[in-house]
Amino acid sequence: MESRAHLFKPSAREALDNPDLQQALRRVQAGFVGKRKALVDQFPDFEGLRDRGRAIKDHTLAHLDVYLEQFEARVTEAGGQVHWAETQQEAQQIVVDICRQVSARMVTKGKTMAGEEVQLNEALDAAGVETVETDLGEYIIQLAKEPPSHIIAPAIHKTRQQITDLFNEHHHGTFNDTLREVPDLVNEARGILREKFLSADVGITGANCLVAETGSMFLVTNEGNGDLTHSLPRVHVAIAGIEKLVPTLDDASTVLRLLARSATGQEMTAYTTMVTGPRREADTDGPDAFHVVLIDNGRTRMLGGRFREMLRCIRCGACMNHCPVYAAIGGHAYGWVYPGPMGSVLTPMIVGLDKTRDLPNACTLNGRCQSVCPVRIPLPDLLRDLREAQYDENLTGKPTRYGLGIWAWFALRPRLYAALARVGVGLLGRLGRRRGRFRRLPLASAWTAGRDLPAPQGPTFQAAWRNRRREESR
Amino acid sequence: MNEQTLTQPRGTVALFATCLVDLFRPSVGFASAQLLEQAGYAVDVPEAQTCCGQPAYNSGDRKHAKAIAKQVIESFRGYDYVVVPSGSCGGTITTHYPDLLRDEASWAQAARELAGRTWELTRFLVEVAHVEISGVQLDGVTTYHDSCAGLRELGIRTQPRQLLAGVEGLELREMADTDVCCGFGGTFCVKYPEISERLVSDKVSNIEATRADLVLAGDLGCLFNIAGRLKRMDKPVRAYHIAEVLAGTARTVTAIGEGEA
Repeated sequence: MESRAHLFKPSAREALDNPDLQQALRRVQAGFVGKRKALVDQFPDFEGLRDRGRAIKDHTLAHLDVYLEQFEARVTEAGGQVHWAETQQEAQQIVVDICRQVSARMVTKGKTMAGEEVQLNEALDAAGVETVETDLGEYIIQLAKEPPSHIIAPAIHKTRQQITDLFNEHHHGTFNDTLREVPDLVNEARGILREKFLSADVGITGANCLVAETGSMFLVTNEGNGDLTHSLPRVHVAIAGIEKLVPTLDDASTVLRLLARSATGQEMTAYTTMVTGPRREADTDGPDAFHVVLIDNGRTRMLGGRFREMLRCIRCGACMNHCPVYAAIGGHAYGWVYPGPMGSVLTPMIVGLDKTRDLPNACTLNGRCQSVCPVRIPLPDLLRDLREAQYDENLTGKPTRYGLGIWAWFALRPRLYAALARVGVGLLGRLGRRRGRFRRLPLASAWTAGRDLPAPQGPTFQAAWRNRRREESR
Repeated sequence: MNEQTLTQPRGTVALFATCLVDLFRPSVGFASAQLLEQAGYAVDVPEAQTCCGQPAYNSGDRKHAKAIAKQVIESFRGYDYVVVPSGSCGGTITTHYPDLLRDEASWAQAARELAGRTWELTRFLVEVAHVEISGVQLDGVTTYHDSCAGLRELGIRTQPRQLLAGVEGLELREMADTDVCCGFGGTFCVKYPEISERLVSDKVSNIEATRADLVLAGDLGCLFNIAGRLKRMDKPVRAYHIAEVLAGTARTVTAIGEGEA
């Protein structure tokens, strides 16, 4: 999708006023946060596991060239093919070409955020290939023609009523708005998707982990749709960012243990599949051809700079599940495929700093995301670094810049600052002392729109303190 | 405790009052100083303090943040301890100054040295001064908001609760999501007022659900946000900085945002 991150403020306002969305969002925190915590508390040494996850990712990133070559060699030995896509356009072209080579008419897709990132569906549509999303959440938002609002639960913003309406309209052509039960909706989607699985020519999936030593990839789902997507069609295409690589199977198991617990609060997802190459002679099923499309799309640029730590991300979504801002506005307000804290770092890196000015700033730096990140990405620090990059590139708004400049000028002149503070506080204190607060105040409307401003008690602490000391020494 | 103040002080403490306390609520500064003096320390308030520089630092204005950090380092040299009645400003000095000045070796060294002497108030009272609150009475039920920087940058959670347990007549009743941000976030609250309002409204709901008379915290920023919202919604819950309760001055000083009437 095209980035709409420059519309963050109006989108956030809209989201806050959308009762359906607010109803849906309340479930996010309640579900994900509690389930994760229960499992993390149970795990003997989750902090140690996080340390290991970080170390594995840091090591891999430091030697990415070696492991990428190793991975390609192993995939080739297993009969598969690795494709390198530096840009979104290259990634689209590679996948479209693969589909054309086998005259594909229909493609089934497992959930892939990398695919969302390079706008794969749009490219396949343009090439005349029908694509069907097979993850239930992705299927729902495909019907609604919406982007995902969460990287793990793409349709988390939808209420059951909205899904009922979508299914009635698209499956039955009716607008009966009687609320339907969840099993009923799931079974209906399952029935429709089954036919698609059986008639697809190409199956496209993401990959949760790529293993250099074996050329394998891991696919984790809770619906089993990933397995039907990769094993039934003639051709399997996996698409993933280069940062998904780990050196060994042992490393992959560490990442998967972190992933399931952090993402959905499960010890293991319902389906965890390891795929190595296409179908071998003795195999009873599997595709005839296996392709891995590795995407750069700005990642090597990050590798060499201060935002390298972001490449440790394993896409679990814990940061957004624990983010109070995400909980208030949902994923769509962030304007691109990656929402929440991780998206507020990634989107500016991929889409550009100038088109995403709000993202690094729309955060209270409360640090809850960092405290749950399975690979210990210092998200608040990275967001602050992005603010600094904005400031350095003159992207910080003029009022903020000038305001900071004036304030700092005084803050660096303590005597002048104290004198000015005495006058200002004295005035405000006299105005507000009786009531103790202001309902409205010139220049403070952003504060007073939603809350009162407590009035100063009287003289500044500095002045009062010195007064008292003088009296004491008398 | 009083005996100690008469004899040799246990050490010198420079109080970093913070800009919000200086401008809006001196009673927090006096309460902090009182607690430190009662614990036997000689308290001083260096004159050259204005702000810790966090607004510049968090806005990406590294140049001004650095200049202010250096000013703070200079004016707090020579004291045994620097105590801050705020996890947020305390966190800036202890965790961010060394990082901010990392490229200037001698300043980085000085920043680390300052960080080694700097303490958030409640942590200092518990872990350095080993204070046990006694003789302080306040009848009622309170709830406590863990401000984010104190909680996650400095690991402050048990200290304020331990101190509050010594206040006679006061019952601590925890709210839901006590570790979730109140929506203040420094300049965030004025840059994104609607989002901030939602966050503080959720916080107020959680406070209300406890049926507490008071809400306490260790950071004036969060407290202004919470009290401002409570007042706007005409809620009777009163907000105080924890230092005011521990020093026993909460009984004589009006709550945050309350008038004289």
